[in-house]
Amino acid sequence: KRKREPAPVHFALNNAAVLIQRWYRRYVARLEMRRRCTWRIFQSIEYACEQDQIKLHNFFSYLMDHFTPSSSKERDFISRMFVSGESFKEAELEKYCDYESMEVPDSYTGPHLSFPLLPDHATTLLEAFKRKQQLHARYVLNLLHETRKHLKQLPNISHVSTCYSEEVTVCGDLHGQLDDLFLIFYKNGLPSPSKSYVFNGDFVDRGKQSLEILIVLFTFLLVYPNEVHLNRGNHEDHMVNLRYGFSVHGRKILKMIQNVFCWLPLATLIDQKVLIIHGGISDTTDLDMLEKIQRHKFISVLRGKKRKESNRNVEIQEIIGESKADASAAEHDAASSPSPQPQPAQAPSMTNRLEFSKWVRQMVQEQIERCRQLVDSESEEEELTYSSFVSMTDLNAPCWTRQEEWKQILDILWSDPMPQEGCRENTVRGGGCYFGPDVTKKILEKYSLQFLIRSHECKQEGYEFCHSRKVLTIFSASNYYEIGSNRGAYVKLGPDLVPHFVQYQANKTAHTLTMTQRISRVEESAFRALREKLFAHTSALISAFKAYDKDGTGRITLSNWATAVESVLRLGLPWRMLRPQLAHSMADGMLEYKSWLEDLAMEQQSQEHIQSGLLEVIYRNRSNLETIFRIIDRDHSGLISFEEFHQTWKLFSSHMNIELTDDGINDLVRSIDFNKDGNIDFNEFLEAFQETEFNSDCQKASNWVPSLES
Amino acid sequence: GLRHTIREELRHSLIAEIEKKVIEAFEVFDHECNKTVDVREIGSVVRSLGCYPTEAELQELLAEVEEEEPTGYIHLEKFLPVMTRVLLERSYQPIPEDVLLHAFEALDENKCGYLTKEELVKYMTEEGEPFTQEEMEDMLSAALEPETNTVCYKDYITLMIVDDV
Repeated sequence: KRKREPAPVHFALNNAAVLIQRWYRRYVARLEMRRRCTWRIFQSIEYACEQDQIKLHNFFSYLMDHFTPSSSKERDFISRMFVSGESFKEAELEKYCDYESMEVPDSYTGPHLSFPLLPDHATTLLEAFKRKQQLHARYVLNLLHETRKHLKQLPNISHVSTCYSEEVTVCGDLHGQLDDLFLIFYKNGLPSPSKSYVFNGDFVDRGKQSLEILIVLFTFLLVYPNEVHLNRGNHEDHMVNLRYGFSVHGRKILKMIQNVFCWLPLATLIDQKVLIIHGGISDTTDLDMLEKIQRHKFISVLRGKKRKESNRNVEIQEIIGESKADASAAEHDAASSPSPQPQPAQAPSMTNRLEFSKWVRQMVQEQIERCRQLVDSESEEEELTYSSFVSMTDLNAPCWTRQEEWKQILDILWSDPMPQEGCRENTVRGGGCYFGPDVTKKILEKYSLQFLIRSHECKQEGYEFCHSRKVLTIFSASNYYEIGSNRGAYVKLGPDLVPHFVQYQANKTAHTLTMTQRISRVEESAFRALREKLFAHTSALISAFKAYDKDGTGRITLSNWATAVESVLRLGLPWRMLRPQLAHSMADGMLEYKSWLEDLAMEQQSQEHIQSGLLEVIYRNRSNLETIFRIIDRDHSGLISFEEFHQTWKLFSSHMNIELTDDGINDLVRSIDFNKDGNIDFNEFLEAFQETEFNSDCQKASNWVPSLES
Repeated sequence: GLRHTIREELRHSLIAEIEKKVIEAFEVFDHECNKTVDVREIGSVVRSLGCYPTEAELQELLAEVEEEEPTGYIHLEKFLPVMTRVLLERSYQPIPEDVLLHAFEALDENKCGYLTKEELVKYMTEEGEPFTQEEMEDMLSAALEPETNTVCYKDYITLMIVDDV
């Protein structure tokens, strides 16, 4: 379409308009870029956290495989670390979390619960929480008990039919954001005989009201057991809770919750056509296996993959223990084990102590193995280790290894869809897979399903389709990263199984902001988090920068800055795009990295404050640290090197969510190296705390393994 | 001679730097992680690299980077050399604040320092390379003073420049 030649005045006006439009469109594009970068920052930091957690786990798994505890104290520590998710027997659990003996004082003005629960209890609870009241621990424990009893009867895969209730509402991650749950109930109505709900996992962590969400969901679950369905998410896992701070409640409550989470069903099926799982699937997903495994055995899904019989060593020490010297006693032990066994090879001569011990150890190991195989089926006792023996629970059923079962659960709780075809390890999260559209197609066909509903990933609009609308992600925690970052949504399905979405945002102020303001605000938050991360890697960054600045000028090019930062942080972010908001360049396009890092440091808390915080943390955890030291100190010399301590501390602190400069750690370490020989005598180190002022204050401080007094 | 060699070296490292920038920007919009960007989003990539093309200029650019048979996607392979050249040649220069102000003043016939809502809408949606309704609404949401239904363009420009890092 050709315009006729415009008159001069009009020409000027036209030009002006083009100019303004050109400028404006560039502004909007830049805003869009900023929005996407912000999102990437939040996501990469979030997933890096999950990765850290798993790294720490792998670290301890590795230690477990190669470490023999030399004292009962150490054995306790290891037990607590790995078997702390032990599944109690019913009676033991009741005794431990004895709520009946807990008195509810007259001064208590919160809601009272009595069992069996009635709809009124649910509404009363909601009202109470809206008024910011708390539920008394006695009722919490009682509720958790009843919930556990109920969940135990449920199958691994819940079945829902749309012929009984007109519509089913599916909600995604809530992450402790109670306001979002209130909003959902307000917009959609409470659960009732005519209103079914499926909550697809990740009820806890990150948000501030995780316990309240659990209480509300469990209450409705008990009041309307046919209409309310809960799926387990990857955050319904006490190892993950440790990282994200859900472990702040009393020890008993926490123990009960551990024993409730493991009983949550793994999936929900609507009309046999729509599969709802928290994370996703993999190319080996087997619904038949998922239906049959004993889901409660997997208290935490976050474990190291391959493990040797390290726990065996613990038992063996018990048996051999003090009677190492007494060979005959050891022989007696081996012979008196419950089952008969084939005759071992000729025992080595007793004069060769080492050989003999080894042989005895081997015998005993085999004994334990056999005992476990027989006992496995009956026992509901402590969680079993992950050696790959065949599950003997049902002799007629196919035999899967514990390893295979574990992978099934890991995959459905942790996987993410990807655009490309195929199925590969989800290295970003550290668990589960990335599954492609071909995997989706295969699994849907295999089980005659129409589509999948999953959660696990935050989406800007609260929901998103992928894989040609065969996979729906639904995410119900609005403003997840920051106020204005995203909407939450829930989806309703009728008998036609056509999804209808409702979106919302829990914070009113988000609506009144302009697009620019909203993006700016979220962006600020993202960059703050990013700067903290950069600060925490100061030492590594300086080394990386220096590699590009051999002459020691203190300056590097922007390009080298970007490359160096990525090599240290490994977040996969577009650093050149982000640079203008992170670091100022000089007129010649170079960056003064030393002063930049100094500016970052100033922004964070002062060095002094960190230092005292660090000491405090160390003091509080000194018995654990002691154990860790011993683990590191292979040659039992009583000394560990700076490097070893540094490594240990880094892992430890990433688990604790403490971000410290490497310099801070180095300074601390140097100050406790009393004889300046580059080694830490940790006995001296620990003794040093006896004199500190933290003594009295920290007497009652808690350990980081969940053992807080209620 | 030596000077030539040094100049070449610098040019090479400059090009390398530019290429890294282009790839980064491209990847932000590459949702399928397969080195392609939807043709409708290429404009955002180009603009966020600091260029201010008109829609017509953008179309010209697209013609250079599209496939023989347009697929709706632009491949990094084709985009990279073209975009690198654009940045090297500094095409589509940024618009300085004062030039922008003059443009608004040109639309302000009565020289009163502001435009009425109707005037702005008329110019933006009927002249130049017209805005879509969405674009118009977005601009108004930040620019319009609701009490007077006018746009004080000087303030608006100041606001936007500050925001635009």
